Amino acid sequence: MNPVNYLYLAALLFTIGATGVLIRRNAIVVFMCIELMLNACNLAFVAFSRMHGNLDGQVIAFFTMVVAAAEVVVGLAIIVSLFRSRHSASVDDASLMKL
Amino acid sequence: MSPQLAAYSTSTGEAFQFWVLGTVAVIGALSTVFMKKAVHSALSLAGTMIILAVFYLANGAYFLGIVQIVVYTGAIMMLFLFVVMLVGVTAADSLKETIKGQRWLALLCGLGFGILLIAGIGNASLKEFNGLAQANANGNVEGLATFIFTKYVFAFEITGALLITAAVGAMVLTHRERTERAKTQRELAEERVRAGKHVPPLPAPGVYARHNAVDIAGLLPDGTPSELTVSKTLRERGQIRDVSTEALNDLKALEQRSEERLERTAVEPANLKRAEEASK
Repeated sequence: MNPVNYLYLAALLFTIGATGVLIRRNAIVVFMCIELMLNACNLAFVAFSRMHGNLDGQVIAFFTMVVAAAEVVVGLAIIVSLFRSRHSASVDDASLMKL
Repeated sequence: MSPQLAAYSTSTGEAFQFWVLGTVAVIGALSTVFMKKAVHSALSLAGTMIILAVFYLANGAYFLGIVQIVVYTGAIMMLFLFVVMLVGVTAADSLKETIKGQRWLALLCGLGFGILLIAGIGNASLKEFNGLAQANANGNVEGLATFIFTKYVFAFEITGALLITAAVGAMVLTHRERTERAKTQRELAEERVRAGKHVPPLPAPGVYARHNAVDIAGLLPDGTPSELTVSKTLRERGQIRDVSTEALNDLKALEQRSEERLERTAVEPANLKRAEEASK
């Protein structure tokens, strides 16, 4: 097996995540799909790190994980406060600015 | 470090692991997108993340593999599950389309994007895989630490600032200011006496019922179920289970069956009659 297959898998997972973001209405599931995309990117970074034979890719993947953790904390806090004021986690209901 | 990591082609074991676990990862990702309930999505995503951790380990990223399990499946997915519980597990996604044809358009866009990405990888000249044998020679964690604390030290410190900002932001966003003073116990008691309703304490949950679960309304001495025995939070959420009549009916059916089996007819147990009257 060629290690390039890891890149194909990462591309596939990223695509599935992106499609999920477009399809789903529930804000939590949309957020989970974003996490899936971040993870796919991390897999690509790790595979590239192996390809080039240095650890820079792994360091970048490590920073991605840290940023993802911070992002999840703030994003979920936003979803919770949105749910409190609106009693729904659907992205369609947040349409106050629509005419 | 195994010599396979340096090779152009991987070992048979790794290939087997890739095809089996890769299939499972894709299935997990698909069910994250297509499961109707958020809890199921979260669990499938956790499975996919564990498989990705195995792939990191297979690619020589030992530290990241462990961090993936600890941070992603351990912390982030549990955070997701907490929020799903908070927002309501039973709330299924509405399947109504607000924009007509949006779902098919999204699928089409996803397909096109996937083809574009995969064609791009296919066309890139990714012939040489150097492997991490040299980079990991002094240990993967030591190698990463050298990079993080020398070349990437500014990024590392900015990360610290980011984490603090995120923690403060989460606290600010979820904090709710009290608009009025909380009533003291004395004021509550006085209010209750003034209203003249339910002056004694509320009945305890499930005392007279056949079950003692807190979400089941207890039976009053006259046999009627009382919602007052269920806690106020559950009452407001509408999560009261009423099995008192159900259980009585079950019991009746059971006794009827046993009577048929014993070929008895007219004898009716006294406690059943009493229960029947109570439920009426």
